[in-house]
Amino acid sequence: MTPFGPAGAPREVTDLALDAATGRGADYADVRVVRRVEESVTVRGGRVESVVSDETEGVGIRVFACGAWGFAATHRYDAGAIGRAAAEAVRLARAAAPSLRHRVTLAERPRARGAYATPVREDPFALSLEEKVADLLAADAALAVPGVVSTASRYAAQREWKTFAATDGSFVEQVFTHVGAGIEAHAVRGGEHQRRSYPEARGGRWRQAGYEFIRELDLRGDAARCGEEAVALLSAPPCPEGPATVVIDPSQLYLQIHESCGHAAELDRVFGAEASYAGTSFLSPDLPDSRFRYGSDLVTLVADATVPGGPGTFGWDDEGVAAQRTTLVENGILTGFLTSRDTASRIGRPSGGTVRAESWNRLPLIRMTNVNLMPVPGMSLEDIVADTDDGLYLTTNRSWSIDDRRWGFQFGTEIAYEIKGGRMGRIFRNPVYTGITPQFWRSCDAVADERSFVMYGNPNCAKGLPPQCVQVGHGCPGARFRGVRMVAGR
Amino acid sequence: MTIDERHGRFERYAERLLDRARRHGASGAEVCVEGRLASLTRFADSEIHQSVTEDAVRVSLRYVRGRRHGMAVAGRLDDSALDSLVERAASNAAGTAETDDWPGLPEPGPIPEVTGAYAAATAEATPELRAGVVRDVIAAADAAGAAASGSFATGAVTTVVLSSRGVRAAQTRSDAWLVTVHASPGGGTGYAETCAVDVAHVDGAALGREAAGKARAGDHPVVLPAGEYPVVLEEYAVADVLAKLGRFGFNARAVQDGQSFAQPGLRVATDLVTVWDDGTDPLGLPTAFDHEGVGKERVSLIDRGRCDRVVHDTGTAARAGVRSTGHALPAPNPVGPLPVNMFMAPGRLSREELIGRLDRGLLVTRFHYSNPVDPKRGIVTGVTRDGVFLVEHGEIVAPVRDLRFSQSYPDVLRRVGAVGRDRRTVRGWFGGVPVLGDITAPSVLVDGFRFSG
Repeated sequence: MTPFGPAGAPREVTDLALDAATGRGADYADVRVVRRVEESVTVRGGRVESVVSDETEGVGIRVFACGAWGFAATHRYDAGAIGRAAAEAVRLARAAAPSLRHRVTLAERPRARGAYATPVREDPFALSLEEKVADLLAADAALAVPGVVSTASRYAAQREWKTFAATDGSFVEQVFTHVGAGIEAHAVRGGEHQRRSYPEARGGRWRQAGYEFIRELDLRGDAARCGEEAVALLSAPPCPEGPATVVIDPSQLYLQIHESCGHAAELDRVFGAEASYAGTSFLSPDLPDSRFRYGSDLVTLVADATVPGGPGTFGWDDEGVAAQRTTLVENGILTGFLTSRDTASRIGRPSGGTVRAESWNRLPLIRMTNVNLMPVPGMSLEDIVADTDDGLYLTTNRSWSIDDRRWGFQFGTEIAYEIKGGRMGRIFRNPVYTGITPQFWRSCDAVADERSFVMYGNPNCAKGLPPQCVQVGHGCPGARFRGVRMVAGR
Repeated sequence: MTIDERHGRFERYAERLLDRARRHGASGAEVCVEGRLASLTRFADSEIHQSVTEDAVRVSLRYVRGRRHGMAVAGRLDDSALDSLVERAASNAAGTAETDDWPGLPEPGPIPEVTGAYAAATAEATPELRAGVVRDVIAAADAAGAAASGSFATGAVTTVVLSSRGVRAAQTRSDAWLVTVHASPGGGTGYAETCAVDVAHVDGAALGREAAGKARAGDHPVVLPAGEYPVVLEEYAVADVLAKLGRFGFNARAVQDGQSFAQPGLRVATDLVTVWDDGTDPLGLPTAFDHEGVGKERVSLIDRGRCDRVVHDTGTAARAGVRSTGHALPAPNPVGPLPVNMFMAPGRLSREELIGRLDRGLLVTRFHYSNPVDPKRGIVTGVTRDGVFLVEHGEIVAPVRDLRFSQSYPDVLRRVGAVGRDRRTVRGWFGGVPVLGDITAPSVLVDGFRFSG
């Protein structure tokens, strides 16, 4: 694998862009040259619906001029196009400058130099398409147990070559390889529709890895169970309403972390930068100093861009800040935020290195890296179930919604298992729970140990305008929460 | 570059790509070239904090050999991409099994004449123009003692579709979109949005005043208990209802998979509700054809309260034994065909008259982060945002803290008691689908809407 793939010599492109930006009056500029390839296979109902290979590449130039930011991107590499983009970025910054009411400063960082590449054992792009299609067809066929009316199985791989350079002499080359896959079975009877999926529904589970990860998922091995549970749910009783003890497994808990912790801790949201679209945050910049209690003593959350294989792992972020591990919540107390260079400087801290863009044509923003709930030694997930006299075991996200301050939420899961006397029993359909973020996390009275710790990823985390999606990771074990309000799922 | 020049450049590239595919051995091929010049000025806390522009292109090739087909996409328009696209698409086709039920590429058909889809002033809007409009929005916030956040986007997208079966379609559309949320020190927030083909129709000062007024009126909200309330849903909230119904109901794939509530003739609304999709209507953001090059057909979705038709692309149409209605999305498309130019018929009442019919109820501006809980029943959960008000005896008496709801959207339409005469056109959001869409909706009076707290 070459550092940048077949796109040529990015050093020449970055030099051209930075020279053009400074020549137009930029006080600071950085540039990303990105090439991304993606392949995807979709099987529906036992037949290959689509096989697609996608490529995109271009140059994104961000400038700081007259105290304001400007960003311009072009899919062309010629000197004329890059020069025009740089000039337009400076013009955008100058047009914004008269409206400024706060002075923007950037937290210092060391000059970035080096390279990063995803460790890949089995290159997904080198593997024959026939083999990947055959794997998916086999899994899809196994889903189709009697009673299942439709199935869908998906696999995708992405590789991105990204070169970052800045006017301070930073120059970084990175190559990312992500793979993901998932299967789902649908059962319908009258007005009732039920779905079971594995490892989860929203695009499957993703990892920064090679095809070896897809093999480890063993889609086929879980397919029949998915199909059978989808059919069984049609006849299952509705999930009981009212306060309940719930044990949430990682296939749901990761999204709870994503929505009610990860987004809430984005410092640009805290400062209102996303107020008109994604929303703000119930957190305020001073809360870490006042030891705000986010959760129970068992809750420790970290933003860790260094986890091997994490969907949100990298060497340097899109501002050239080295990957790091930042504690957001320690033993229940809020300690930090996800930050950029300009937001970090507003709270007098160094950048946490959490800025990324979807691709060459998007402005880098604060994004989650791998926001993980740390396991707690002592109890396995099975131990927690055995320790639960009366409760529900919730697994696999089905629906989600949270308000614009990340305060009140509602989640549904595909299935709930009744827990009685420490044992899992019958299933319920349409489980839905609701809550208030800090109350919910403070009600956590058990977090499982590392044996149930799983790294999930959200490949479609959308933020910003124009909207952009990046890969983020969430590692977590299962955990138990008391007094959670179950509500009607229909 | 003029529109004609841009169309010509894209068409020549598409023709070369079709020719390469044919010489490579394809029995058929389809090319879609889409280029977007887009800019956006974003503001928060009453200052511009993000200003971006992009020049992007997307070329997709569907390569057909017999009953196998594969797709490749590239992000550039140069010679080196030609061979790569053909090789990759052909390889993808070869790697798949023959599909008996694949309908093949669509035949050429009539493409409606569309007027008013493009305004040069929008495509060529400068950073200074956008910053000026944003200043108008912020000035309105300043005058009300509020803080303004939002974005103002301008741009144009050119789409060319050519196929070996003779499909040949080209269009350029422009759009300007302004959205703002104003926040008042007392905790109130207000919202305003508009979209238009012509940037000259975007009035930043007027939208700023609308959002600021609502923000000030929203200060110091009261808390209401969960329960069912009669509501007046403003146009923004109705647009959310229509978008979800389109995505999960009137999408032929959802129907064919048994996951939609929509059935022909089924009553899903009161007689007051008529909804259709029409890409050619200049009230919205007009578009003549879909991403398969099939001409847009006006499709009646709800006719005086009853489900009428659903929208199709070539694949779902073949399975249903009908013609495509011209609602294919960019491939690959896991969602199915969608109505992305939706209209709801207006009624006869003014906003004040709608509110006046509430003895005790709520006025709701819009919904936030609404997502399906049970798509087959059309049950959606979300929260209100940027303006909820308690109405008693036809008068607004207090702002209300935001409420969560879990509500069947078809049930909302089944309880519509009156429809407003004024409509707004807003950007349509269809769950991450990368397509420029719009919804034109009136306000409605609903005699019961269930809030969960």
